[in-house]
Amino acid sequence: MTMRPENPAVISVSVGEPNVGDSPPPKTPSSKRWTRFILPTYTTLFILYLIIPIVVMIVFAFNTPSGRYNIKWEHASLDAWRNLFSYPDLSTSLKLSLEVAFVATIVATILGTFLGLALGRYRFRGAGAMSFVIFLAIASPEIVLGSSMLSMFVNARVPQGFVTILLAHIMFCISFVAITVRARVAGMDRSLEEAAGDLGADAKTTFIKVTLPIIMPGVIAGALLAFALSIDDFVITNFVAGSSTTFPLWVFGATRQGLPPQVNVMGTLLFTFGILIVGVQLLASRARARGDDKRLAQDKARLLAAQTS
Amino acid sequence: MFYTSLQSGFIGDFHFNWHFANYADAIKLHGDIYVRSLVYAGIVTALALVLAYPVAYWIAFYGGRRKSVFLFLLLLPFFVSFIIRTVQWQFLLADDGLILGPLKRIGLLPENYQVLSSATAVIAGITYNFLPFTALPLYVALERIDKRLVEAGKDLYATRFTTFRKVVWPLALPGVFAAFLLTFVPAVGDYVNAELLGGPSNHMIGNVIQSEFLTNLNYPLAAAMSFILMAALLIGATIYARALGTEDVTSGAVSA
Repeated sequence: MTMRPENPAVISVSVGEPNVGDSPPPKTPSSKRWTRFILPTYTTLFILYLIIPIVVMIVFAFNTPSGRYNIKWEHASLDAWRNLFSYPDLSTSLKLSLEVAFVATIVATILGTFLGLALGRYRFRGAGAMSFVIFLAIASPEIVLGSSMLSMFVNARVPQGFVTILLAHIMFCISFVAITVRARVAGMDRSLEEAAGDLGADAKTTFIKVTLPIIMPGVIAGALLAFALSIDDFVITNFVAGSSTTFPLWVFGATRQGLPPQVNVMGTLLFTFGILIVGVQLLASRARARGDDKRLAQDKARLLAAQTS
Repeated sequence: MFYTSLQSGFIGDFHFNWHFANYADAIKLHGDIYVRSLVYAGIVTALALVLAYPVAYWIAFYGGRRKSVFLFLLLLPFFVSFIIRTVQWQFLLADDGLILGPLKRIGLLPENYQVLSSATAVIAGITYNFLPFTALPLYVALERIDKRLVEAGKDLYATRFTTFRKVVWPLALPGVFAAFLLTFVPAVGDYVNAELLGGPSNHMIGNVIQSEFLTNLNYPLAAAMSFILMAALLIGATIYARALGTEDVTSGAVSA
């Protein structure tokens, strides 16, 4: 709808240079038949290309490599699944990753939600600058963020380890949560909050009973994004981790000596959990939307009935 | 926290003494690597745009009710760790790996042919990793186009190509810019692909910053290098954001 003003201009351009004479309308079925399959086939290939490494990862999780390198297919077994925790370092690193991701997600979601609310709602001094900083945090390369944070921690003499990893993860997650929440706040109907105020609710009640439920999908999406980013982050963590090792750091460090299939198993498990969570989330939001539609229809029907009677 | 990390993150030296020579050193020692990083990232971005545009176009215009399924498939790689994905490519492209092995056995490729530790491998790896970042903003922009405009083009006897060139392409241009930014910027700073898939001659600026920081512990030089990279990209990004509005650029990244 924002494009309305552009419409006449664009159309007039097409009108300006008509090529009616030489080209028939492209509806002839014979010329269309084979070209019709180009794009779908290409899209399929494209998606296959994106998925190949994932498939390889999952397939080789069932491999039983004879040497240190899990490259050649030997024979299928569940060995790696049964001895999932036979590399203590790997297990600790995964545990650290999960801990950091959980704490970082919770803190970043809370802070980011308020930031997103403030940005989506109020025009305050520095709002523009704040938006720009958020934009920078997302758009600047991770290596810059990581190295600047390391400089900061070194200058402030903070020992690198769990705390620095956590602080760094919270920092880069906040901006993603804030953006997701801001989008939700921007599309929100302000009159609902005013109505709550008119009905005598104080600011706190209005926030808990009205605002929060409305922006909740944005908050959840932001939290999921934050968790995914945190658990996967390599570059920034590599800079600030000191001697601690998270899951991606361990995997990167171990590539030289060859990765055990346990890595594939853990990757597969994380992948499956991710898909499941997003799937549940999608189904829930779809069900909610359907519920809203139904309620809306019922309300309309009731209103109509009241008017006609 | 943003403010401190982004704005006061760099102090040029251990003992702060306005030691600008770090910057001169950074350019003098590693100027060629900056150039290489920019060239690689440029090729990656161009490649990714060309590869992703048709897909985004098809999903946006012909995806129908399965649009969200296709989008979900595009996002699937994000559910697997970035490192693991890159390592899988390392396996796939290995000299005797799943792809080159069979091709060599049937004689299509010479025995000593290798992809790993070459510019091709690095560029292919980065392209792979950032393709979704390219595809999504393109899709968002193409999706927003009012389909009636395309029909209007047809009604006015424009060929499909003319309709695309005169209607679709200009309207989706902001998406192309957003995709460019979201691909180019992280691609310049990437060093994981160069480390895992490339050799020493393919090192990018990220590798150097990384090793100066974490191996040589030459914080001042590394900070100067990082600052140069950031400054260069920021100037570019600011011009971009000013010209297009930050909303447009960032929304592409999130509104999937």
